[in-house]
This record gives sequence, C-alpha cells and structure tokens, in this order.
Amino acid sequence: MPLSSDPDLDNIRENLLMMSSLADRNLGLAVRALTERDSALCDMVESEDSQIDALEVAIDEQVITYMALNSPVATDCRFMLVACKVSGNFERVGDEAVSIARRARQLNAEPAMAVIDTLAEMAELALEMLRDSVRAFIEGDIELTRAIKKRDKEVDRMEKRVADNMREVMEADPSKVASALKVVMITRSLERVADHAKNVAEEIFYLFEARDIRHVGAGTNQPRSPGS
Amino acid sequence: MNDSPPTTEQDPNPQEMDNAQNGEAARANASQDAASNGLTDTTTIFECKNLEFFYGDFHALHDVCMRIPEKRATAFIGPSGCGKSTLLRCFNRMNDLVPSAHVRSGNIEIHGTDIYDEQVDPTELRKRVGMVFQRYNPFPKSIYENIVYGLRIQGVRDKSRLDEAVETSLKGAALWDEVKDRLKDNAFGLSGGQQQRLCIARTIAIKPEVILMDEPCAALDPIATAKVEELIHSLKEQFTIVIVTHNMQQAARCSDFTAFFYLGKLIEHGPTKRIFTAPEKQQTEDYISGRFG
Repeated sequence: MPLSSDPDLDNIRENLLMMSSLADRNLGLAVRALTERDSALCDMVESEDSQIDALEVAIDEQVITYMALNSPVATDCRFMLVACKVSGNFERVGDEAVSIARRARQLNAEPAMAVIDTLAEMAELALEMLRDSVRAFIEGDIELTRAIKKRDKEVDRMEKRVADNMREVMEADPSKVASALKVVMITRSLERVADHAKNVAEEIFYLFEARDIRHVGAGTNQPRSPGS
Repeated sequence: MNDSPPTTEQDPNPQEMDNAQNGEAARANASQDAASNGLTDTTTIFECKNLEFFYGDFHALHDVCMRIPEKRATAFIGPSGCGKSTLLRCFNRMNDLVPSAHVRSGNIEIHGTDIYDEQVDPTELRKRVGMVFQRYNPFPKSIYENIVYGLRIQGVRDKSRLDEAVETSLKGAALWDEVKDRLKDNAFGLSGGQQQRLCIARTIAIKPEVILMDEPCAALDPIATAKVEELIHSLKEQFTIVIVTHNMQQAARCSDFTAFFYLGKLIEHGPTKRIFTAPEKQQTEDYISGRFG
C-alpha cells in the first residue's frame, strides 16, 4: 500500500529524510577526514551530531503524538513503528561517524597507511547501501531493499580482509599495533553502518509489504503481526 | 498475503444464473471465503450465499457471500449506507418488518437451513438470533420484569426458574453486582450503560445462539463502552456475536473477524488483526485509516 498523504505524516517523513541526509553527510566528512588527513572535518562531525540526536527525539515525539491523536492502523501504524526504528538506525550511523572521526584525528597524527584506500572503498559501499535504503523508502522500491540485504555480506567480507591485513601489520611491526587497532575499529564502524542500512531496508520492506524479512532469507518472510 | 477477499466481481450477473449455477457459485465463493479468511478452523453458523437485497428498487446488498463463524465476534464496518446494518438485520429477518424490503436472490443459512424458507417462523428465528440496538430500549418495567419478559412469553411461569434466569442473565451481562439489591426498581432508573447491559441480559435470558449488535455503544460514554466491550469478550465464549460499529478501535478490540462493506458490497473479510494491520484492498485501508467515510 502507498504511504498516506497527511501533513503530520509528511513532517515525520521529512524529518527522517533530514536525519538520513545529516547522517550521510557526517559519515562522508568523517571518511574524508581520514582520506584527506583533515582533522578540521573531525570537529565538524562531532559538533553536528547533536542535530541528528535532536531529530531522533523530535521524531519520537511526533510519532507518540500522532499515535495518541489518530490511532493509526495498517500502513500508518506500521509507519509509526518503522519511523522510530529507522530514526534509531540513522542516529547510530551518526554515532559511528563521530567514532570514525575521533579515530581519524588520532590516525592523522601518525604516518599515513596504505589501508586507508580500502577503508574509503568500504565506506563508499556502506554509504551507497545507506543511500539506497533511503531511496527505497522514498520510492517504495521493494526490490532495492532485497538487494541491500545481499550487499551487506560484501561489507562483512571487506571488514574481514582489512582485519586480516592489520593482523599481519601488527605481527610484522609491533610499533604499529595502536594504529592498526584504530583501523580495525574504523572498519567495525563501517560494517555497523552497513548493518544499519540493512536494518533500514528491512524496515522499509515491512512498511510497504507488511512482511518481516529480519533474521530470515528474503524468500521466507513472515508477518510481524500474525493475521490469524 | 495469500488470501483473497470474497468480493462479488466473480459473478457479474447472478440474477441471470439458474438455481443450480447459483448454488454452485455460492459454494465455490463460500469455500474460497473460508479458505482465504482464516475461517477454516471454525464452525460456520451463518452462511450468506450470493445475497441480493433490495429496498423497493434500491439495491442495498450486492451478491454478498460470506460465512460467520460460531462463537466468535465478527464486526461489520463501513461508511453509512454501505449495507452493514441491512445485512445484520437480514440475519434474524428484522428486515421483514420494512415494507418493500426483500431478498431478490441468494439466501442466508443458519446451520445449513435457509432462514428465508417458507417453513421458517421468523419469531422462532429471532429466539435463536437475538438483537441489541444502538439506542438502549428497556421496557417500562422493573429490572426483573425486563429480564423475564421473553421467558414469560415463552410460557415459563416457575418462579425459581425465572429467578435463576434473572441472576444468570444479569451475571452474564456483568450487571448483577450493580443491581442485585434493586431488581424491583424501574429499569429507567439505571444509567445508559447499565440500561444497555440490561438489554443484553434480556437478550441472553432466552438463550439465543447469536447476538446481533447494531452499534451497541453509540450512545454510551467511554467507561460504559469499555464495560460493554468487556462483555462482548466474555459473551463470545457462549454466543456468536455480530456487531455493527462505526468505531474502528471498537471493531479492532472486540472482534475476531472483520468485514468491510462499501456501497452494498463486501469488499474484504478476514481476521481482524490482518484487516487492521495489513488489509489487502486499498478501499479498506483508506476507510480504516480515516481517509474517507
């Protein structure tokens, strides 16, 4: 079913899109801080995270108000649940951007590492997943949500590859343990961003299809609220 | 979703079908209705087969095919004039009292017996299929006499049996504790919610199989409404409930199954949880979301 057109629901949608846009931008800035060794960008990411947090609180407030005043059902009711969960995921993406920015600032004070190019590649993949999950929300594109789920595995593989690479670096040169661990933590943040994008995709699928694809293969969906 | 609603589009012109064809189509539709709407594990009490109902020339119900499960609560929802109350009143032939109202084709069966058969006595039918109305309508008599009225008409004279029926019915309607010390008081002295529960007690005193409720809470405040809704929950253990309501939350709270009607057609019928979380039809979604009606 298409989403309803209602001024209050439109406001929630707009805030969600604003959140996704800020989370996307902050993650991009954090990665640029790393690849361009520009610590000034790290400050920007940290200071602007509060905007994302404020939007999460605002969306929760809008949802609870809408539910109290309108007793939504069907698609509108699912949208209430999905809005809260999706905003939570965007907020966590913002947190991961801050985490990456803080580690980037520390890494920028040390000699450059070749692995940063791989991190940039991984970040691009995670960002694409995030953008596609938002596009799926805007366009109601169910097939796109299924595709996002599959791409999450590619990010997992990249994380493992970087972790293996860093293990070798640490074994070869113990003086690089601290830097290598920061790189590993950044890959973990990027992997979590991909997980959040996947979570958003699953919620968008539920919103439009009223079926749950969490924790199961996309072909064996179950109703989240059994209908009988 | 794997179920499809029992809409009427499959039989574009049932009036031109002969009886055999009509019966076959009805069985097919009813079977589809049961399979598709979570009714397969329930016992059917009412079955509508291609019901076409008219008020004079006005076509009020179009080819309605559906099953009402026994000892469950089924809610009829839809905008005013959609035919939900008309169908409700068909179940105990209350529409017989309306001049020009008539079934043009199709029928309704109760446990397999056509309720519009010539052999069926409407009065006897109404003993099996009781009704509670929007506006509570106790008789201008005592609480006690309201309850035993139907039994007295049936010829029951035994005082102990009448007393027992009063207590059982009032307890069944969750009213006993509030009125047990003033059974001889006039029923009009009760609050609106109590009067409505008294009407429900009066209905269950004659032990019907089905209780039809036509917007039973429309004239009640929220607390009285909550009591009647609790009552519906407990009554469906013993009776089949069919309730017409304009209150979406009431339908969602009280019923096991919901049927949505629009312009005299049954649009969608299924488990209430599904109808209110993931309806199949856009018209249903628009209506329950308050987009029209």
